[in-house]
Amino acid sequence: MYAQLVETGLSKLQARADMAPDEQAFQARIDADIKVEAKDWMPDAYRKTLVRQIQQHAHSEIVGMLPEGNWISRAPSLKRKAILMAKVQDEGGHGLYLYAAAETLGVSRDQLIADLHAGKVKYSSIFNYPTLTWADIGAIGWLVDGAAIMNQIPLCRCSYGPYARAMVRICKEESFHQRQGYDIMLSLCRGTAEQKAMAQDALDRWWWPSLMMFGPPDGESVHSAQSAQWKIKLLSNDELRQRFIDQTVPQADYLGITMPDPDLKWNPEREHYDFGAIDWSEFHNVLKGNGPCNRERLAARVKAWEDGAWVREAAVAHASKRAARAKREAA
Amino acid sequence: MSTEWPLWEIFIRSQHGLAHKHVGSLHAPDAELAVKNARDVYTRRNEGVSIWVVKSTDITASSPGDREALFEPSNSKVYRHPTFFPMPDEVKHL
Amino acid sequence: MNREEALFEYLLRLGDTDVVLAQRLGEWIGHGPVLEEDIALANVGLDLIGQGRLWLALAGEVEARSKGAGRSEDQLAFLRDGSAFRNLQLVEMPNGDFAMTMARQFYFDHAHLLSLRALARSTEARIAEIAAKAVKEVTYHVERSADWVIRLGDGTDESHARMQKALDALWPYTGEMFVTDAVDVALIDAGIAADARTLREPWLAAVRPVLDEATLALPAGQWMQGSGGRGGKQGVHTEHLGHLLTEMQHLQRTYPGAQW
Repeated sequence: MYAQLVETGLSKLQARADMAPDEQAFQARIDADIKVEAKDWMPDAYRKTLVRQIQQHAHSEIVGMLPEGNWISRAPSLKRKAILMAKVQDEGGHGLYLYAAAETLGVSRDQLIADLHAGKVKYSSIFNYPTLTWADIGAIGWLVDGAAIMNQIPLCRCSYGPYARAMVRICKEESFHQRQGYDIMLSLCRGTAEQKAMAQDALDRWWWPSLMMFGPPDGESVHSAQSAQWKIKLLSNDELRQRFIDQTVPQADYLGITMPDPDLKWNPEREHYDFGAIDWSEFHNVLKGNGPCNRERLAARVKAWEDGAWVREAAVAHASKRAARAKREAA
Repeated sequence: MSTEWPLWEIFIRSQHGLAHKHVGSLHAPDAELAVKNARDVYTRRNEGVSIWVVKSTDITASSPGDREALFEPSNSKVYRHPTFFPMPDEVKHL
Repeated sequence: MNREEALFEYLLRLGDTDVVLAQRLGEWIGHGPVLEEDIALANVGLDLIGQGRLWLALAGEVEARSKGAGRSEDQLAFLRDGSAFRNLQLVEMPNGDFAMTMARQFYFDHAHLLSLRALARSTEARIAEIAAKAVKEVTYHVERSADWVIRLGDGTDESHARMQKALDALWPYTGEMFVTDAVDVALIDAGIAADARTLREPWLAAVRPVLDEATLALPAGQWMQGSGGRGGKQGVHTEHLGHLLTEMQHLQRTYPGAQW
């Protein structure tokens, strides 16, 4: 999802019999749905996996500000401009809550940002696609935020307290995001022929990447199984993806636009939609850095950070001067 | 000199609240900017709000398992709220 | 020009200034020096769009009163050419670096607050209402921009230099905030508009101590851009506005009449 293919550092699922006593006690708490908090003892692998997962999620929010931020200056009405600014601002806020959650595990935000800029960690594949029209903004809210909500609601129950609480806050804000996207699609599909074509074109380009957001089938994945045992991954990729498809197809039907999948069909026996094969080579390529916008996205973040260095330094310098002055006055 | 801004824990009491609640953390170079940032990040400027900021390193924690309260949604910008967008009844899961 | 026409012009000045400045602030989102600042700048931008929309909507109503039909806020924002825009030249200036943005904000916010406080006493009830609400928001803008000017002015050598350079560069655009013309005079006499001339001294009185604390020098130049009736408020702009509007208005121009 936003945290795709998170590695746990383990090569096989840890059976309880193989766990050391403190690991067993830890696992028992998780099994009993007792939240793990920042000051609790936790296995190193659990801590590391969480740092990776939360970090990827946080970076995704921040990088995600860019494709949508791209259209703030061109929003077609003052109301849409304000709504989009508020949404992108929220995404910044979500990144901030998530960095804060990651920091409870003993890493600093600056270090996480440095890792992102050095290309050492990933962010969600979806944000490496370009926003070419205003309809893309609708599609992103509808599909990408829709997929995110699907993933995030279960995470509100994850085992790590600070992460779960960040997710609760995020979920409260997220449903506005999806609705504003669908509201844009409604306006377009009810509008002129050109607007409707714009909406269809956006769906054509964003549908498959949205399905890829959930990650590859994780039946074989050791990491997925371990994360599930730790309750930091609560549903399988395929399960989430299927739910998302089942929920979204009727929404597209209502708009009068169609998914670019000739194999998409309701299956009355399964009681789910059957769908076509996903091109996983595209997904892996995008994650590897070959997506349409990978270089630009990272370059934009690096530039913002580097251009802003003098500002951050000045703020620290000023705070020091103030503190020194206050000390002198108190003496 | 390190340019890293220290981490601050943020506590907010809403207009109708009885006590300050921990809502999360953020970075700021000093307490003054921490308060301003807290207003922007955690309240979207609701009025009648009291904000406390404490440097994370100044917090001594008791034994874990404290339960923290949920946060209040902001209401200063009406379109932040899902109810602002009436969705067609026929469409589910929005 | 009769009273209603003057009022329409005056409201455009208020609305266009807010919308253009919000457009500039929106450019920072996703590119700020630190995440907290992205969020803060977005808040200021959102406040300004909100205020701008109210002023433009009211302008449209006034236009309807005097001409039988009035334009909507979007028709005004997206379908007028640059020479019909009435924003201050100051707010259309490019963002530049963070110091330039903060200098522009610092100069504007103080004057904006003073103007709004005066407008909160306007004899036109709708103006007083909008202004009173805006005062709360702009009080916060003033705190923020003053805070940054101090931090950057009294920060490092580099931030000090950048801040001084920005203040010097934008100084000639501040004069426009304190001059009046025939449009203003008619409305000032009726107690509707704020008298911009009376705001200059209180503005200086507010700005000076902040610059002192920031160890920055108040620029001394006398020449002000946009003077002699050829300022943004009269529709004479800098080269920057055309590009800003091209980007802002593109969709509405390309798909005339479409609803979004």
